Amino acid sequence: MTSLAWLIPAALTLGLVGLGGFLWALRSGQLEDLEGAGWRAIEDGEPASTNANEESADRHA
Amino acid sequence: MEATLIAPPTLKENASLQDATKDLETVTLSVPEIVCGNCIRTVETALRNIRGVSAARANLALRRVTVTLCRRNDNASPDVPDLVAALKNVGYTAAEVVEGAETTASHGRTSELIPRLGVAGFAAANIMLLSVSVWSGEASDMDNSVRDLFHWVSALIALPAIAYAGQPFFRSAFSALQAHRLNMDVPISLGILLATAMSLFQTIRGGEQVYFDAAITLVFFLLIGRSLDESMRVRARGAAENLLSLRAMSATVVSEDGSVRSLPARALSPGMRVAIAAGERIPADGTVASGRSEIDESLITGETVPRYVAAGAHVHAGTVNGSGTLHILVTIADENTLLAEIGRLMLAAEQSRGRYVRLADRAAQIYAPAVHVLGLLTFAAWMLSGSGWELSVTHAIAVLIITCPCALALAVPAVQVAAMSRLLSRGVIVKAADGLERMGEIDSVVFDKTGTLTLEEVVLVDDQNIDARLLARVASLAVTSRHPYAQAIVRAARDRAIVVDAVEGVQEIPGFGLSYIDEGREQRLGSAQWVGAGADQNAEASLWYKSTDETPVGFRFIDIIRPDARETVEALRDAGYSVELLSGDRPQAVARAAAASLITDWQGALSPSEKLERIGELRSKGHKTLMVGDGLNDAPALAAGYASMSPASAVDISQAAADAVFQGDRLGSVVETLKVAQAARRMALQNFAIAIAYNAIFVPMAMLGQVTPLVAALAMSTSSIVVTANAIRLRTKKLRLKPVRRYE
Repeated sequence: MTSLAWLIPAALTLGLVGLGGFLWALRSGQLEDLEGAGWRAIEDGEPASTNANEESADRHA
Repeated sequence: MEATLIAPPTLKENASLQDATKDLETVTLSVPEIVCGNCIRTVETALRNIRGVSAARANLALRRVTVTLCRRNDNASPDVPDLVAALKNVGYTAAEVVEGAETTASHGRTSELIPRLGVAGFAAANIMLLSVSVWSGEASDMDNSVRDLFHWVSALIALPAIAYAGQPFFRSAFSALQAHRLNMDVPISLGILLATAMSLFQTIRGGEQVYFDAAITLVFFLLIGRSLDESMRVRARGAAENLLSLRAMSATVVSEDGSVRSLPARALSPGMRVAIAAGERIPADGTVASGRSEIDESLITGETVPRYVAAGAHVHAGTVNGSGTLHILVTIADENTLLAEIGRLMLAAEQSRGRYVRLADRAAQIYAPAVHVLGLLTFAAWMLSGSGWELSVTHAIAVLIITCPCALALAVPAVQVAAMSRLLSRGVIVKAADGLERMGEIDSVVFDKTGTLTLEEVVLVDDQNIDARLLARVASLAVTSRHPYAQAIVRAARDRAIVVDAVEGVQEIPGFGLSYIDEGREQRLGSAQWVGAGADQNAEASLWYKSTDETPVGFRFIDIIRPDARETVEALRDAGYSVELLSGDRPQAVARAAAASLITDWQGALSPSEKLERIGELRSKGHKTLMVGDGLNDAPALAAGYASMSPASAVDISQAAADAVFQGDRLGSVVETLKVAQAARRMALQNFAIAIAYNAIFVPMAMLGQVTPLVAALAMSTSSIVVTANAIRLRTKKLRLKPVRRYE
């Protein structure tokens, strides 16, 4: 039964990490366009983040 | 402009770009044609190549693009028309989305619900983990200290989770109670709070009746239902806004020095001078300052024959300019008697609809008091049987926990989400939350003619009687004009495979017609007055042709009936719906449309208030009427009908008044909507029956004190899942229009 002493905290910590991940994804807008995200994943050539791309393009212009 | 385009930005400029976040402006464009990954790339690249656009992100789910503009120097920053033009270049139509206050508010609600849903899900999973151990431990060798430890850990997770995730329910219940009303959230909140409080008490005492798992699972399930409901609603409203923003017009404003600029129609103010090209939609109410033309006012009055206007005439927003160019002076909309009257009529009509009480609220009004009485009865009965107050309270609370209306609260939203997404995939946008419920009760359908039963296009009445040589001659004149009648003639000629020769030197006299002088012989095509035809000849003809010394020939036009109007009317009538046609157009035209679509009850030349009267008449006979209309003259009737629909081509007032908007040429959407609405109503009632059956089994058990936490958790989750699964069937189920009871 002593194993419970670390098993319960371990289970909870893992759960909290998952929850934290979900909330982070939500806040950073990753769940806003579920259909588009799938298309973006299979697209090649361009960087995924449009923001980063734009900034670099601006710098080289 | 050229220079700034070529000049490379210096490093300094770039630095200021990074700092000056306050100069960034976000614009949302609706781009309905974004459907795939390639579209995303094309659209984003096109926008990002515009100078001054710092970011563009397409959203496939919403069919929108968010563009961040950088306002660093005034002359180089692009504006919405530039963005729209850039997208047009790559083949996409776009328009700025202007979000209503309601949409922003419900966006806020969804973004508030989802994190709560995450927290509730996390808590439910972890507490369930502990509870399952406790339940299986009861049958084996778990000792009490370990059980108590597990209860404490559950409490530690459940209390903050419920306090955070349950807030939407607590808040809604509190505001209902404040208003001396009962809604479904009252028994929900009571159940959750009592379950939590009793579990805490039992945990402290080291007891067995701990319901943390049931309470948090309940919150989790309810939050799933509620966020799905809310996000569906946001999607529907977004789709409706996309439609309206694409219809929003831009106006060419002429300033005093003669220069022109393009402004969105909503930015127009009284006194501005607006130039309107041939075939353009008029962006605002106003008076004609100069020019002559004819105006197609079918959206306003239902009348299909254009009205001739010249300087001083009033024109309405939304009407279509004919062949001439006009300059109008914008006037205040309210000044206008027709619009003001329609506004008044609508206000009165909407009040009569406001009394509808939603299905779920009706259920709550019966259910909430009933469970509270049951709880009290249980308490009283156990007290009377001498069990002591502690046991009696425990059993009474168990009743309230088990009756916590999880399935009942999911019964309607789950069905509505399924129904709305089914309709949305078929091009019908249900806007009003209770609209679908009202549509399920409809027993009569009233159609408008112009734009609803018919499409906004005219065809030449050509029974092959028109001489082919005559048609060829007329068509070669008509081919030079953009007037709808002229174009109809050209189409008719092409349909008969008549070769249309282009002729040079055809003159168009706006408001009158076309003139062509060939070897001293003049040919005229236009109004009766223009060719000099008497009123006695062929009164229904709207376009005349006259060659120098021949007698004038009249041409008749009718508007095209939607391809499936006849089927739709038949399907409705077979199911027992009474079908009527109410139009503002001339009786002859209405009679023709009625005959073509097999409608026997029709009235023509109706004013908006007469349409409204007729709807009121039907209501007083006990009919529940679905009004289908698109024009401004239908708006009051749309607001007054028990439910209402309008095509996506309708004027914005009508779209706003309608419960649902359908896209495309097919009228069959009306039947589909009615089918889904009927099925949704049946399924909501089925779900109520499931929820009641669940209560009928478990409430007696709870009253007898037989419900353990395990039973409670199982029963409540199962009933919620069954109800949701039942609702999901609606997405793919084959539906038939069920017969309705007829009054007559």
